[in-house]
Amino acid sequence: MEAGVVLKMQGICMTFPGVKALDHACLTLKKGEIRALMGENGAGKSTLIKCLTGVNKFEAGEIYLEGFNGPIVNKDTMDAQNKGIATVYQEVNLCPNLSVAENLYIGREPLTKIGTVNRKAMNRQAEELMKELELDIDVTRNLEDYSLALQQMIAIARAVDMDSKVLILDEPTSSLDDREVEKLFTMMRRLKAKGVGIIFVTHFLEQVYAVCDGITVLRNGQLVGEYNIEELPRVKLVAAMMGKDFDDLASIKQEGSGDKRKEPLVIEAKGLGHAGTIRPFDLDIHKGEVIGLTGLLGSGRSELARVIYGADRAQTGTLKVKGKEVKIKNPIDAMNLGMGLLPDDRKAEGIIGDLSVRENIILALQAKAGILKRIPMAKQIEIADKYIEMLQIKTASRETLIKQLSGGNQQKVILARWLATDPEFLILDEPTRGIDIGTKTEIQKLVLKLAAEGKSLIFISSEIEEMLRTCNRMAVLRDGAKVGEIEEADMNQMSVMKAIAGGDSNE
Amino acid sequence: MSSLKKITQKRLFLPIFSMILVMLINVIYDMACGNAPLTFFTVTIKNGVLYGRLIDIFNRGTEAAILAIGMTLVVSSSAGTDISVGSVMSLYGGMCCMLLAGYGNTNVSNYAVPLIIGIGAGLLTACVCGLFNGFLVAYMNIQPMVATLILWSAGRAIGLLLCNSQIVYVRVPSFQKIGGYVGFIPTPILIAAACILVASLVLKFTALGTYIQSVGINKKASRIAGFNSAKIILLCYVICGLCAGLAGMVATSRIYSADTNNIGLNMELDAILAVALGGNSLGGGKFNLAGSLIGAYTIQAIDTTLLALGVSTAQSPVFKAIVVILIVVIQSEPAKDFFKKLGKKKEMAKGAAQA
Ligand SMILES: Nc1ncnc2c1ncn2[C@@H]1O[C@H](COP(=O)(O)OP(=O)(O)O)[C@@H](O)[C@H]1O
Ligand SMILES: [Mg+2]
Repeated sequence: MEAGVVLKMQGICMTFPGVKALDHACLTLKKGEIRALMGENGAGKSTLIKCLTGVNKFEAGEIYLEGFNGPIVNKDTMDAQNKGIATVYQEVNLCPNLSVAENLYIGREPLTKIGTVNRKAMNRQAEELMKELELDIDVTRNLEDYSLALQQMIAIARAVDMDSKVLILDEPTSSLDDREVEKLFTMMRRLKAKGVGIIFVTHFLEQVYAVCDGITVLRNGQLVGEYNIEELPRVKLVAAMMGKDFDDLASIKQEGSGDKRKEPLVIEAKGLGHAGTIRPFDLDIHKGEVIGLTGLLGSGRSELARVIYGADRAQTGTLKVKGKEVKIKNPIDAMNLGMGLLPDDRKAEGIIGDLSVRENIILALQAKAGILKRIPMAKQIEIADKYIEMLQIKTASRETLIKQLSGGNQQKVILARWLATDPEFLILDEPTRGIDIGTKTEIQKLVLKLAAEGKSLIFISSEIEEMLRTCNRMAVLRDGAKVGEIEEADMNQMSVMKAIAGGDSNE
Repeated sequence: MSSLKKITQKRLFLPIFSMILVMLINVIYDMACGNAPLTFFTVTIKNGVLYGRLIDIFNRGTEAAILAIGMTLVVSSSAGTDISVGSVMSLYGGMCCMLLAGYGNTNVSNYAVPLIIGIGAGLLTACVCGLFNGFLVAYMNIQPMVATLILWSAGRAIGLLLCNSQIVYVRVPSFQKIGGYVGFIPTPILIAAACILVASLVLKFTALGTYIQSVGINKKASRIAGFNSAKIILLCYVICGLCAGLAGMVATSRIYSADTNNIGLNMELDAILAVALGGNSLGGGKFNLAGSLIGAYTIQAIDTTLLALGVSTAQSPVFKAIVVILIVVIQSEPAKDFFKKLGKKKEMAKGAAQA
């Protein structure tokens, strides 16, 4: 192997039933390099990584790792870890009902002399690790007590703590807010200085240019090219990923899509709240209006939406839907009033993993119809095919299990589930998280199209640009309370950031 | 080769394969004994009723099959098992016979109340048991095994209490008929067929299957999509209770008495095994009712076969355990992988030979 190269993958091929996921894919990683692995959803990024870590068995190709003569094949992740390859996957893969410390040291617990787990030492080491990474976490509490973002940080901490030659981060940032991302970058730079090679998968282009030294682009399981960061400016990167020229997002929204407040009210929330998650708030939403909820992660964006939808039951206040006061106890009540919610935690609250794409699409419609009125199979197939076609869901067939789809395509299936119910009021909580640029654009366009059809929407996203492009008005949240609204005329990056930050941030 | 692969990948392949294996053992045994090789399958009419080992399996397997229906739904929706079904069967017996005989009587040849009331009250009791289990599991979030442990131990005791701690005999022909014959066909077979038919129709024409599987796979996501997970789980336990009642009805009428200490004894194990043998994951989620039913009859076939082989009833549980272990191991993932690899190697060897 050339000098300075720590990992080289060559001609990797891998087939899933009905899909050629990797077709002679390659990747070269140097020592002390941060390399972005880029590609649209379904390009094969995760699969390539899983071939490296032994989760997937590849059919052809070789993997060379520094310190080993000849090609290596990892039997499983444990094997990969022992060889010095640590991984953090897209979705948090830890045990929610174990403590943070236990999660950090699963499989490598410090032992006492008699061979039992030395909890004291384990907790102490865990605490030190957390301090080093500046995370404010009680390591004895269960993992599930922490937000998705913190769980992700813990997963990264676990990988970082094991002395590795290669660290793989598969979309670790999709659930982190800016501050946390910055922390992660600091961590990555520190490791880079120590000579660790890092493979970094992300959908945020800014992040690529903020930390990476090189870019490897995949498309349809094939290598498009390996570049130094200077060789590939943004536009070219996007073009490489999509295999075409990039249709400029800025032009999606027509100017002055305007004030919808002459339109009739759809949602009127007064003093609605839920102890511990969101303090009482007022919110009006009109027909055809897109309201953005903005704020830092954990500021109560999702929680506000969940209270309206009845995912968390409102404990205070009143809610009127189209002028009529309603009591929503469960999501089904909200659905019967014409609402829908696409939740932010796709794996935990969105997909029904072992059911097919078809079954996942008709699920909400079936729930509305009731248990006795089964949607006839012919109708189910018709609906499923319609949305697979319309949203261009990449799946081997409509009977493929949804868990076998890539993240972005899973998201499209959940979106299809709600579109199939023809909702009048749709809440989209981070619909574009972990999704490639092309699909992001499609979803934004879809939001505007729905609004034009007279549907009302709540749109939640960590990307301010995205909301500026789609929303008529924004509500700002901070520390579990709604603190204000921003009118369309005043909406720009700066004003939104200021509102989120709060106080007198007069810079 | 590819067609063979297709067959082995079908979900029902292994349960059916197991069933055929058991049948094959019978055939070999018969041949070894000098009987006609197909004695096992021969159905004759003796004393005006159907007779044969196959008939016996379907007759005796009725209780396990009916229980397997309810158990499949419970496992799928709540990722746990209802271990109280055997006791609930016994409780049905106690309730039904106590009413039919009148409290305190132990041996009657006339009904104290109409038959339909006795059966109705028994089934209702069973449903209430299901409701109780379901409430604990779905609304109190108690582990299914623990929640149903309560009735597992109490159900039988309550039945005994109802019968004043005695065995109550109901010697009325119409009562015995439920465990006997209609014309020349054993009534239990008809009852099982009816239960299976109703269950299949319900699963075909309502969305119950989708609801249950969805809740079993991902409770939180199902709630967001508009399902009331707790209600679905409750419903499954009630159905399971009803199935236990129906199985109890057959078991009680067979011996036309409420022998509460013995009715349904250890039946919960057969029911759970049937579900597992049918290729269903005990971790909940997707289910396959046909698999469970084949599993139930396979277990009965093992019992009957052992009896035919002359294994003493005291030892038969050991053999049954061995057979069950074998079948479950064959269905396990590592074994499947092993067979797959074996197949590949053979193919490769063939390829090499041709080249
Ligand atoms: N377990 C699986 N079973 C079947 N197909 C899969 C499975 N995992 C991924 N795929 C398919 O392989 C392709 C590559 O997926 P993936 O590597 O997850 O993409 P990425 O991570 O780049 O978004 C996709 O077409 C996806 O549908
Ligand atoms: Mg991926």
